[in-house]
Amino acid sequence: MSVAIRPGTSEASALDPAPPGPARRRRRRRGDGPAAAAFLAPSLGGFAVFTAFPIVASILVAFTVWPLAGTPTFTGLDNFRRLLTQDPAFLKTVLNTLIFVVAYVPLNLALSLAIAAWITPRVKGANVYRVLLFIPVVTPMVANAAVWQIMLIPNGLIDNVWQSLFGVSAPNFLGSTQTAMLSVVIMSLWQGFGYNLLIFSSALQAVPESLLDSAAIDGAGPIRRYFSIKLPLMSPSIFFGATMTLITSFQVFAQPFILTNGGPSSSTTTMVMYLYRQGFQYFNLGYASAVGVLLFIMILIITGLVFLAQKRWVHYD
Amino acid sequence: MTSPTATRRLGGLAADNRTVRRGAVSLSTIARKQRRNGWISQVLLTLFVIAFLIPLIWMIATSLKPGAEVFSSPPRLIGSEVRWQNYADVWSYVPFAQYMVNGAIVSILGTALVVVVSVLSAYAFSRLRFRGREGIFFVFLGTLMVPQEVVVIPMFLFMTQLGWVNSYQALIVPWAFTAFGTFLLRQAMLTVPMELEEAGKIDGASHLRILLGIIMPVVRPTIAVLVVFTFINYWNSFLWPLIIVNDPAHTTVPLGLNAFLGQGGKQWQLIMAASTISMVPTAGLAILLQKYLVRGIALSSGLGGK
Repeated sequence: MSVAIRPGTSEASALDPAPPGPARRRRRRRGDGPAAAAFLAPSLGGFAVFTAFPIVASILVAFTVWPLAGTPTFTGLDNFRRLLTQDPAFLKTVLNTLIFVVAYVPLNLALSLAIAAWITPRVKGANVYRVLLFIPVVTPMVANAAVWQIMLIPNGLIDNVWQSLFGVSAPNFLGSTQTAMLSVVIMSLWQGFGYNLLIFSSALQAVPESLLDSAAIDGAGPIRRYFSIKLPLMSPSIFFGATMTLITSFQVFAQPFILTNGGPSSSTTTMVMYLYRQGFQYFNLGYASAVGVLLFIMILIITGLVFLAQKRWVHYD
Repeated sequence: MTSPTATRRLGGLAADNRTVRRGAVSLSTIARKQRRNGWISQVLLTLFVIAFLIPLIWMIATSLKPGAEVFSSPPRLIGSEVRWQNYADVWSYVPFAQYMVNGAIVSILGTALVVVVSVLSAYAFSRLRFRGREGIFFVFLGTLMVPQEVVVIPMFLFMTQLGWVNSYQALIVPWAFTAFGTFLLRQAMLTVPMELEEAGKIDGASHLRILLGIIMPVVRPTIAVLVVFTFINYWNSFLWPLIIVNDPAHTTVPLGLNAFLGQGGKQWQLIMAASTISMVPTAGLAILLQKYLVRGIALSSGLGGK
């Protein structure tokens, strides 16, 4: 992360004693107000209309029954009560989402840390490897999921290879409740881990060579050097990567939507998919909005816990 | 003052001391072992990357097969003929050209809007002094935490009110005002030394002149990063177009692919050709600008919603 110099703090306090000299300059400073308003107008205007207002509105809508056509009625906490106590389908999606998060986040971090350590700058063509591993991150998820579908379905690539190796058909990866979520996790890992790989690679490159050399001379092997020097120095990046991965994995939607359409028997239906179905297939907009609010509360709580825990293991210089 | 040779000799001396302390044998053994490990490791890494690329290879391979051979058993990388015709057929089988044009319009206009808006506000947040600056910025930044999924319902209702359902502006405008670009550019602008703009100020240049003439050239690499990220986000966006668009005239590429996937009697070889085409703009951008990407990702607070 870049070193941010915050002009606000140091300079302002230097001016604070305010002897006659800086008075003129101070007046100029105050004169930035109109200019600032002009520069901020497009951004803050759009922000108020298209970000702040919808955020507030999403909470308000969650307290209503809001059909697509017809008038909305205020129903207080009813949507939340129904979701949490009378809707087993919703609770299933919460469970599915948590299963995905618990499987995906640690695997993603472990994989990207391991591969980042593997692709050191000393490896020939390090950049080529990294870019190749990064491609699925920046390409349309629908395209990624489509090719995984033709690899995973019966008679697909994996089934065919399986048959020629073992003489029997492969399990129906997408069609069985045992393996559908596993397939979603593996496809998501494939498509997503390149992002953390880049973050961790750039953090690894910032670890001073001299520190590693002197540890080597003191007899620390590569594994020791990795866990005792590199990992602690990378911890701010790991924290950043872990938090982002956590937040985005709660929002998982496109992969199961395309790979399995939430099935079989809703074993891969996630919270966002439920929000989409309630909102735009059954047109229960208030109910769907309540799902969104609950999702946000879950993300806030988990992210908050991660932030509290960071003091124990994240080292800033 | 020490000459370069003297320094080198000193360095050599220090190294000698160390070897004496630890024993010359062990150090050269380590070096030799490392070289051998490096060679094996490189082969393994290459195998890993090839295994990783299998889905992409399979996508391209399938896109060039005759339809009847997509699920041939045993699987073959290359079919009985290499059918480039599939790539021509995609465009007539579904309105794929329309999807690509729509994607380009949305991504290019969206990116332009985001860059202009973010540059202006980043300048205010990094170079101007006004009351409540830190507070406003903090609130701004805080909303980065709110996932897009949470606001799609009110956003949809809002778009319905505006009559923007099935329109380019509905695909572009709602997501052009996130704090991401402002945050990214503000960080970069804060590193531009104040002295650089002092001269301009003395000459009485306006803020806009200072921004365009002095600040912008310095932060150009960061703007490039913002352009890439924003373009990729718009190009790949799926959930929102799925909600707000239901006519081919505004269908973007992922949405078109999804519709294609949902058709009965799937033409997998054409779907794979379309998928391959859909990857070209973003994968191309990532490859071209990979150096910026590495730096930008380290700086940024994430690629945002998918």
